Amino acid sequence: VTAQAFFFYLAAALAVLSALGMVLNVRNTVAAAMSLVVTMIALAVVYVVLEAHLVAALQIMVYAGAIVVVFLFVVMLLNLRSDAFSASRQRLLKAAGAALALGVTASFLSLIPGSLPAVQELPEGFGGYRAVGIELFTRFVLAFEVSSLLLLAAMVGAVVLAKRRID
Amino acid sequence: MSIELMLNAANLAFVGFARAWGQHDGHIFVLMVIVVAACEVAVGLGIVISLFRNRESVNVEDVSLLKW
Repeated sequence: VTAQAFFFYLAAALAVLSALGMVLNVRNTVAAAMSLVVTMIALAVVYVVLEAHLVAALQIMVYAGAIVVVFLFVVMLLNLRSDAFSASRQRLLKAAGAALALGVTASFLSLIPGSLPAVQELPEGFGGYRAVGIELFTRFVLAFEVSSLLLLAAMVGAVVLAKRRID
Repeated sequence: MSIELMLNAANLAFVGFARAWGQHDGHIFVLMVIVVAACEVAVGLGIVISLFRNRESVNVEDVSLLKW
């Protein structure tokens, strides 16, 4: 195995395990959020192996750095007791979710072989900030501007929602 | 948090296909997904905070005012 494949499998296994640890950990929300951080960082390693360097950096900064911090902030702010969540109530929903996940996985696995294109030779600097930035500000500049509007709306909305009293 | 996990699964698929085709479109899409996830977290957690303030609970069963 090459070093690339080794790191890919290592990070992928770590991501899957920590994701399972997050989903199955309903008692301790802070520990689940920490598992989410581990998942994000492992996924960033996978992105680096897949030559998506800018996406990997953004993954670390935005997900592991900002989103999970907001989660932890709210969890600690609400200060829930661990028995606030009644488990074992929605067995039917859980079974349906598990069946759905298994079915989707099975159909994916049956579709994948033979439908992937041959791996292309990558141009120089693929996935770096320069190449992705040029694409982002030429072909996808409308989406970029719309996303800035969306961020502004979300910011205003969150401030209004979290405000104690609307004057 | 589980929504974040699902969005990350989609991101991983996008990056993988971008690698397979040698194109950057998947990377752009991942950036957009990250933006939407950040917005969704901010608004969702704001809703949760205001709900907790009003109802002293985060159980969705207690929030049935708009339920038909």
